[in-house]
Amino acid sequence: MEPPRVELVLDVSGSMRADDIDGETRISVAKQAFNDVVDALPETTQLGIRVLGATYGGENKKVGCKDTQQIVEVGPVNRVAAKNAIATLKPTGFTPIGLALRKAAEDLGDTGSVRRIVLITDGEDTCTPPDPCTVARELAAQGTSLVVDTLGLTPDEKTRKQLVCISTATGGTYASADSEEQLTERIKQVVDRAALPPPVVPATVAGAEDCTKAPWLAAGVYTDRELIGEHRYYRVAVRPGQELRASVSIALDRELNRDYGVLLKASTEGGRELVRGVDAGSGRADVLSTGLRWSGDDKSEKSGGEEEGDEEGEEEGDDGGRAEGDDAGRGERDAVESVCLIVSNSFASKTAAGAPGMPLELSIDLVDASQTPDAPGLGRGWLLLFVLAIAGLVAGVLAGWLTRWWVATWREN
Amino acid sequence: MRAVRLIATASLTAAVALTLAGLPEEPAQAGLPEGPAQAGLPEGPAQAGLAEEPATLAGPATRLATPSPAPAVSSAGTSFLTAVGISPDQPARVSAVTGDYLYWSFTASAGQNPTLAATVALPDSGRTGAQAWTVEVFDGLRRRQACVAGEQSPVADTGASSLTLGCRLRQVRSWAEPWDSDPLPGTYYVRLSSTELPEQDLGLPIDVDLTLTAPEGDTGADQGELEAPLVPVNRPGQVLTAAPPVEEAEETGSGFSVPEFSSRWVWTVGGGVLAAIAGLVGFSWTRRRRP
Repeated sequence: MEPPRVELVLDVSGSMRADDIDGETRISVAKQAFNDVVDALPETTQLGIRVLGATYGGENKKVGCKDTQQIVEVGPVNRVAAKNAIATLKPTGFTPIGLALRKAAEDLGDTGSVRRIVLITDGEDTCTPPDPCTVARELAAQGTSLVVDTLGLTPDEKTRKQLVCISTATGGTYASADSEEQLTERIKQVVDRAALPPPVVPATVAGAEDCTKAPWLAAGVYTDRELIGEHRYYRVAVRPGQELRASVSIALDRELNRDYGVLLKASTEGGRELVRGVDAGSGRADVLSTGLRWSGDDKSEKSGGEEEGDEEGEEEGDDGGRAEGDDAGRGERDAVESVCLIVSNSFASKTAAGAPGMPLELSIDLVDASQTPDAPGLGRGWLLLFVLAIAGLVAGVLAGWLTRWWVATWREN
Repeated sequence: MRAVRLIATASLTAAVALTLAGLPEEPAQAGLPEGPAQAGLPEGPAQAGLAEEPATLAGPATRLATPSPAPAVSSAGTSFLTAVGISPDQPARVSAVTGDYLYWSFTASAGQNPTLAATVALPDSGRTGAQAWTVEVFDGLRRRQACVAGEQSPVADTGASSLTLGCRLRQVRSWAEPWDSDPLPGTYYVRLSSTELPEQDLGLPIDVDLTLTAPEGDTGADQGELEAPLVPVNRPGQVLTAAPPVEEAEETGSGFSVPEFSSRWVWTVGGGVLAAIAGLVGFSWTRRRRP
């Protein structure tokens, strides 16, 4: 698998001149931390560096808010070039975080590998609108998974809230740093995490609004987006003797009301529910997950006479209006059962209820169905011994009497 | 009176028969019911299969897990997909920040009672209020698993320097109905996070210690076997253009199969011997007593 692509985005705006970190300026601390990180980078990391607010020192907001450049291209790191580029930075202009994020996503491209942006800043965006948090959510919704980790250098309340919002919107982490040591450690931690690729990059899929239009899915991991209150349908073909396993995670990527839930339901194409998985929670959380297992009736697998009994059972479960759909399904019962998976949620948000939807991760697996265990053929325990002994005793006594009776009759004749 | 003698004879012969049949471990304990007879059983195929799995499923950390004490895991994942593998008695020590969601994964097999213990060293300064923490466990299908013991969701006061969390899972079963959420063999995920904390306390450095132990319980009562352990699928999905072609289902020859060796064999064979002896005893009672 291709290694993840990482871009560090460093704020070089005027506020970085402040010398409030152990008597040193924020920018010199950031530079030192960057040098340490570049030295410690694993060889395989594809890393780029972008700065914002580095060149334009004037007052014109329009010009200042376009001030962002990539100083190291995304690729295997040339340590000397990277350090030289960092050394020349001077704290100068505005803080166009939203634009820088957008450009960073462009720098990383969409090659199918995991993308990660590490944003390091000491102050909030001075170029809103666009709100960088909204930008981050939009970017995450486009293309392969994009995660923004944020690092606040002695952040104030507004900065912190903004950075937390950005990281939450993309499934990243937020950390604050008050010293060079902390900053170095945090950046290293984030880059290390980014350098370790996840075992799978989920395939993108778009769930339908009802079962007949739903996409057919093979076993694997998928990603999708689901709006608050939306239902998304997917279809899976399950052969007899197979067990369907599905799990779904919805990421809480925005500010939400306190209590929430997620429901994953499996039903026939006719709408008869087979099984459901559900989870609910409240408070802070990153994702809410649930899963389910389903396999066809054991009886339908066995050949011959038992099929009839099975069908009788089915008819009881059907209700009149849906019988038609199920009849069609039953004709193919021996071949393939198509199972609809419905993902719904009960989130609510006062502020960000609209598009893009919340990130949804669906994984589907088809394995051999597990048989319901039969009663054991062998026994165990004192009661068993007692019963066997009594049975033996009775049998012995009976045999004895029989023998006596038989011998007696034999003698007479 | 006769009945009493009969029962006494029966249980005496039972004990003799069991001893003769030869319990694999300690014949001296043959008189104790059920428990000890289970302990030395060979592992079933499911368990044997699972034992190999950490090598292929979990991360590189667990690959080194046996048999010498494994090196501590020094990282944690930030999502289900990136969860870092740990194994029993292989502690994880990571530094993180408040507000992080830390993920680990481990594999468990039938009969185990996975138990987690975590300690979080909280930041000394900069905290403004109480923090509620939680350790949650999910199975391979990301279904929430109940903790039956341990402090799962403690709250740390503003002044507290550390807090401890713990969670013991129910015993992992060898089989469960598909719509049941019993713990089953396979992968488990651990998520450690703070659920409530003042917004301004986010992002401060913490240290987390996590240990996993997996004591074995008694599997004697379990019947059935899971065909495939609950492990995550680690391959990208594929959207099909149409329903997959109809394939002929293979005829599975479900013939008679001999159950593998277990204490049930000992009990049943012992019972047979006992019944035979009891039969002889019963037969002898019907003989005419000679004066």
